[in-house]
Amino acid sequence: MIRSEILKEIAPILNPHLVVCNIGLPSQELHMIDDNERNFYMLGTMGLSSSIGFGLALAQDKPVISIDGDGSVLTNLGTLPTIANNATGNYTLLIIDNGSYGSTGDQPTYAGMKTSLTAVAKACGCENVIEVQDKDLGPVLQSAIDSDEMTIIVCKCDSGNIKLPVITLDPVVIRHRFMEAVKA
Amino acid sequence: MNIDKKIVDDLVANDVSFVTTVPCKQLAGVIEEVENRDEIFHIPSNKEDEGMGLCAGAFMGGKRPAIIMQNTAIGVTINTLATLTQFYRMPLPMIISYRGELREPVACQVEMAVHTKALLAQLNIPTYHFHWQKDVEEFDNILKYTFMCNKPVAILTDANFWGGYGDQ
Ligand SMILES: [Mg+2]
Repeated sequence: MIRSEILKEIAPILNPHLVVCNIGLPSQELHMIDDNERNFYMLGTMGLSSSIGFGLALAQDKPVISIDGDGSVLTNLGTLPTIANNATGNYTLLIIDNGSYGSTGDQPTYAGMKTSLTAVAKACGCENVIEVQDKDLGPVLQSAIDSDEMTIIVCKCDSGNIKLPVITLDPVVIRHRFMEAVKA
Repeated sequence: MNIDKKIVDDLVANDVSFVTTVPCKQLAGVIEEVENRDEIFHIPSNKEDEGMGLCAGAFMGGKRPAIIMQNTAIGVTINTLATLTQFYRMPLPMIISYRGELREPVACQVEMAVHTKALLAQLNIPTYHFHWQKDVEEFDNILKYTFMCNKPVAILTDANFWGGYGDQ
């Protein structure tokens, strides 16, 4: 499965919850599949989906899912120790690991070579790290959200992209409606 | 006057309850004070752009954030300031150790100091420079201003403000 197929499959699981979605194609795909005010689309700043979602999870009690990519996690590896050492049960980090920089033309990442993000997350001190194959993600994600323990999911999948338009929503609108959803 | 206490008192009085820090020798006292306050959740960051991401999330979660860092970090956070904090219009007081100014003992620090104000000006970030101890009296107003306008705001605090480095 490629990322857009995975997002289509887990969209109903994500829908009731606060989701911080990675820059580029992941946000564009989620926007196309199930745009709603509980989605925070990153339009810039590669790598910070994990950190933004984690800050949000620390600041309030609702479940938060950060959707990140292998390339973006590699950009901001330093945040994994921060997340591990300040763990909060309402946080789930979903790393869609297709072994490539999808949004920039599918150049290979080191996560598709010798580097295991699962092992990295564990070595950083994250206690619940689950590596899962694309087709098995749904139930794993659902139980991670339902659980009181923070979970890092590394979802291994194929690389590949679909054609779709950029997000034209104004960033302040994305942020405002998201904050209203947080308060709701 | 205890500057560390005054700064953290002002943060608390302005309802800042989420503070991320990247350490600096000059800021050690204020970081310790942040850590010791029950009203503030203190989360150390490994890099300043990560910290700005945490602050963005905390803000959207209903908390008022702040970041404490060195001026060298302006060099690594420009993209984050422009495409996250400014683009989504979020408030962020940045309490910055202004290394490389008067009374600086380490030459290399000057290399980023000479770019610091120019970079902040290029980003249209409101910038205040604390050089004398009494300058801290403005801090409360700066925090109010930051959360009024939803912008990142820089407070540069140099070695003279902190009382120098002692014998070096
Ligand atoms: Mg990827």
